[in-house]
Amino acid sequence: MGQIEVQNVRKVYRRDRFEVPVLDGLTLSVDGGEFVALMGPSGSGKTTLLNLIGGIDQPTSGSITVDGVNTAQLKSGDLSKWRARNVGFIFQLYNLMPVLTAEENVALPLLLVKGMSGKERKERARHALGIVGLGERLDHYPRQLSGGQEQRVAIARAIVTDPKLILADEPTGDLDRSSADEILGLLEKLNAEFKKTIVMVTHDPHAAEKAHRLVHLEKGVLSANGATA
Amino acid sequence: MELLPLVWTNLMRNKLRTILTTLSVFVALFLFVLLHGITDTLTASTQVASERRLVTRNKISLVFPLPMSQYEKIKAVPGVSAVSWSNWFGGQDPVDSRGFFAQFAVDAKTYFPLYASDIEIAQASPAPAGTPVPPGVDPKLAAFMNQRDACVVGEKLLLKRGWKLGQTIHLNGTIYPGSWPYVIRAVYRPKIKALDAETMFFHWDYLYEKSNRQAQVGIFIFSLADPSQAATIGKRVDAMFENSSNATHTETERAFQAGFVSMFGNIPFVIQVIGLAVAFSIFLVAAVTMMMAIRERTNEFAVLKTLGFGDGSVFLMVLAEAGAITLTGGLAGSLLAKFLLERTGLMVPGFSTMIVRWDTVLLGIGVAVLMGAFSGLLPAWQASRLKIVDALRKVG
Repeated sequence: MGQIEVQNVRKVYRRDRFEVPVLDGLTLSVDGGEFVALMGPSGSGKTTLLNLIGGIDQPTSGSITVDGVNTAQLKSGDLSKWRARNVGFIFQLYNLMPVLTAEENVALPLLLVKGMSGKERKERARHALGIVGLGERLDHYPRQLSGGQEQRVAIARAIVTDPKLILADEPTGDLDRSSADEILGLLEKLNAEFKKTIVMVTHDPHAAEKAHRLVHLEKGVLSANGATA
Repeated sequence: MELLPLVWTNLMRNKLRTILTTLSVFVALFLFVLLHGITDTLTASTQVASERRLVTRNKISLVFPLPMSQYEKIKAVPGVSAVSWSNWFGGQDPVDSRGFFAQFAVDAKTYFPLYASDIEIAQASPAPAGTPVPPGVDPKLAAFMNQRDACVVGEKLLLKRGWKLGQTIHLNGTIYPGSWPYVIRAVYRPKIKALDAETMFFHWDYLYEKSNRQAQVGIFIFSLADPSQAATIGKRVDAMFENSSNATHTETERAFQAGFVSMFGNIPFVIQVIGLAVAFSIFLVAAVTMMMAIRERTNEFAVLKTLGFGDGSVFLMVLAEAGAITLTGGLAGSLLAKFLLERTGLMVPGFSTMIVRWDTVLLGIGVAVLMGAFSGLLPAWQASRLKIVDALRKVG
């Protein structure tokens, strides 16, 4: 699962007295278990589309449905709960809590799982860190990790609640080629082995090649939509 | 509850800032409770005074004496069960002239029975067996009663001055000039905490024999058979002397004591205002600190909300951080103020031992809680209303 339907979505930001249209009637469909790369120049609306799919922003008009749930109609509190259960986020700059260890960072989303004991949270966090190959760095703080390792912790945090959907916003944008390849390999693994639906924003054609499908945005509309080579 | 470890971790992320903010709240609440303690002490000093006893003084002013002849007349008023008198001595210890303590010349045989329920004799010099004591006087006071220059001192006064039972001390008289020797023959201990334990009593006869002055009285104190008759009896006493050259003013001992407190004017009010001003200024410091701390973590709150933490969770987390700081500081400051004031023997000169009521400590803690709530409210609201997209500051 993790099927996404974006229907005729418009998104307009208001900056003081100006209206800035970012997405203009965009329609997109992502199948469950698909790995989609979103590309396009800066300001084309890639991250905005990702945010709308992930429910951290609301469209000005149109609908976004994930596994039959129209997230545009959910109230703030319900949307938070929905995100906690269904979406894993990976950011370009990792966005880990600097005061928490790798294990604590990964366990953070599990605080929202009702009835889960501290012991179970630890076990699941360790398991997730094991999947990304950081089982030996549980007690390390983000500042004690390399960029690639930090991003792997972020991936572990994204998958620890076992969401159907993973949204990655330029996950390799701040990494060297070798680390980027490791991260892309992990995303492929999550998609292939764990059947996660992945939508990834990237500027990097090399990263985009790992996806099943490439979606190009230009000034808020789809300019190309097709399978990667 | 699940977020508590996160609250603690966040508090510890900048230890110096947390410690300094907690300390500022600590100092504010310490001062707040300390200042309120002074008003507590002043209030308590009036509360311990009895409604069962009346005090008669010169109507013009307390500094003018009354004639001894009034004693028998007061005693004869129906409803008056016992009468005694005392004079303010106003001496200074030559060893420590700035160390104030009260001294009263009293008619011991009538004075101590009047206060038998308020004080007890903690130590006393032994008297030869069979030494007589007047009816109603504690037999332990036998040695004191039978020595003209003997005195009774409060337990705290004895400790503070390093005096010993049986020691001869000297005071320099200011109203009654000269050097006045006294032998400490007994030590009293108040049965009520708020009662002064730093006063000295000696024989009224000694005062007038040694000073060679006409025997006069500072105040008459008398107990009543029926306290509900206090107002009537007081009026009756004053009426007897209304047209004499020594008109009197009679009131309950509590009202008499309250008169001393009122001499402080509006100091209790000023003290409370200062206390609140200190607390308010620290509240502003705490609020600014919390806002700075939250602003630094805007991105982290956005991430938390992205992960699914609701607005309410974020709100409570920030509020809990502010509350933890102010409650810790407030609790420590309030309790330390109570402990220091009551245990170290600090005093408001002329009044009883310092007292900080538990009500005042609770008030201090309440102020700390409010401080936490209000200083955390705005940052908590800001954090909870944070738009994730704006906070992450990235539009692709």
